Amino acid sequence: MIQARNVNKYFYVPQELHALKDASLEVAAGEVVVIIGPSGSGKSTFLRCLNRLEYADSGEILIDGEDLLDPRAEINRLRAETGMVFQSFNLFPHKTVLENLVMAQISVRKRSRKEAEAKSMELLQRVGIGEKFGVYPEQLSGGQQQRVAIARSLAMDPKVMLFDEPTSALDPEMVGEVLDVMKDLAREGMTMVVVTHEMGFAREVADRVVFMDHGVVLEEAAPGPFFSAPSHERTIAFLKQIL
Amino acid sequence: MSLYPGLDAPKPPIYKRLWALFFVVFVVLSIGGTYYATKSVDYIWRWYTVPQYFFYLDDVEVLAEAEGIVASIEPAGEESAVVIRGADGEQRYLVPADGLRVDLDQFVYVDDVLGSSQQWKSGLLIYGLWITLKVSLIASVFALIIGVATGMARISNNPALRWLAITYIELVRGSPLLVQMMIWYFVIGALINKSIAGWGLGPVPTIWFGVLSLALFTGAYTAEIVRAGIQSVHLGQMEAARSLGMSYGEAMRKIILPQAIRRILPALAGQFISLIKDSSLLGVISIRELTKITREVVTTSLQPFEFWIVCALLYLILTFGLSLLVQHLERRAI
Ligand SMILES: Nc1ncnc2c1ncn2[C@@H]1O[C@H](COP(=O)(O)OP(=O)(O)OP(=O)(O)O)[C@@H](O)[C@H]1O
Ligand SMILES: [Mg+2]
Repeated sequence: MIQARNVNKYFYVPQELHALKDASLEVAAGEVVVIIGPSGSGKSTFLRCLNRLEYADSGEILIDGEDLLDPRAEINRLRAETGMVFQSFNLFPHKTVLENLVMAQISVRKRSRKEAEAKSMELLQRVGIGEKFGVYPEQLSGGQQQRVAIARSLAMDPKVMLFDEPTSALDPEMVGEVLDVMKDLAREGMTMVVVTHEMGFAREVADRVVFMDHGVVLEEAAPGPFFSAPSHERTIAFLKQIL
Repeated sequence: MSLYPGLDAPKPPIYKRLWALFFVVFVVLSIGGTYYATKSVDYIWRWYTVPQYFFYLDDVEVLAEAEGIVASIEPAGEESAVVIRGADGEQRYLVPADGLRVDLDQFVYVDDVLGSSQQWKSGLLIYGLWITLKVSLIASVFALIIGVATGMARISNNPALRWLAITYIELVRGSPLLVQMMIWYFVIGALINKSIAGWGLGPVPTIWFGVLSLALFTGAYTAEIVRAGIQSVHLGQMEAARSLGMSYGEAMRKIILPQAIRRILPALAGQFISLIKDSSLLGVISIRELTKITREVVTTSLQPFEFWIVCALLYLILTFGLSLLVQHLERRAI
């Protein structure tokens, strides 16, 4: 589903930084991959490259066989097909919850308002906030907002979902409700790439865990061997720190 | 009411009352002082001369267009139908019944008064107010369009667009509005009128050069406000919109601009209040807006105190009205 090969990314402001160094990742359809690593290791940058929120400087990224880095790629359709969930939710504060879900369905997916609303209501129900469709995002708790954000991405019928630390802006008691939604998604066969510090989630749901450090993909393995017998010394140090 | 309530100990009730009293005394003293000063320079206030410059009763006369004999006078509703038979046929006039000045069989000559009536007409100040309102309204709409477009060009990736926006903003902000109006009218206006006269077209009405100068002037300031507004909307909003597959334009239109405009409403209101007041300069290119009219009225009436005060009050009504409108919008937007 995703093939990223030798992706490089440089930042020049505030100073020159080689943020991704030949990072590669393959994600098969239906697979759940969790990316972990210390702060500043390039996890977000890598994830953002996968729907071109950052334009990779070199390398190759294929989404379901389509070349993402081709300047002529239908980027808007490709982005709709790779849902992105942000750490800070980024709901549209001037629109109701329902409208947050409906807007892009009409303009990008060319659905009628009726279809879009029906789909939105169904998704809101699925993430457990069906009755809140009429309120504005600021009236929701963090956990509810993040679930709306997930539903908003799902409304575009994505082939892949990308999550960038979806629970790290949440109060501890709300982390569970968001993780539950993500677990359900994984169980239903959604292809997912998740950047997170929730090791419980990685153990339980991930098919593979990827460790990044200083812009390099250092190690990847199934969660069992990854947590019990990490091979790289930096991985060991990192795991020791957070567990 | 305070911006930082609770940071200081609560004030006793007398505090509020005392300062309220101070305020009232201050206002009364200022007005009274001004009045006393005018007394001492022997100015004679004639406020009763003011209303006629808003509305006045005008005599309207119906004149005969050809000579002849009054053949018949018949009631027609509130009016009377007067038929005059002359050498070349009959003519019918409608004259207000109570202002009839001719009798049956009377001979009338051309321009004789058949009847007269009084009608309310709007005076010069109303005319000036209307021109000010019209110019401000049209210029505001253009300024808003220009401002939003330039604000977006200012942050565009396209260097040509960006530099055009910067050049325009700096040019307009760098010279006085009065000078710009002169240039619009005496330089650009003259050029345009001369060249279109070559194609057999009449001159562009002066008011349009006034509207243009005001709109472009305010547009430049609006552009900077809009740019700041757009930049104040969190980057994540654009990223979220784009990640859903929206195009840049759609995201800008539906996600970023609505939030930006909401934030900059107070600043925009200030800008458009300035525009209303700046329109008072248009007199220099002989547009008869409120200020120019007031000058005319002062010259004929010789009552400068009353009319300049009235002029200021009329501007206040316009600007305060706009202020209220924006406050209403702000409240509705939250
Ligand atoms: N837009 C940017 N401009 C400049 N530098 C950036 C930009 N985005 C990220 N970086 C830098 O690139 C490096 C990798 O950042 P990235 O956000 O991908 O790390 P991360 O692994 O997601 O960290 P965290 O766990 O803190 O989110 C960091 O040093 C960061 O400062
Ligand atoms: Mg990150």
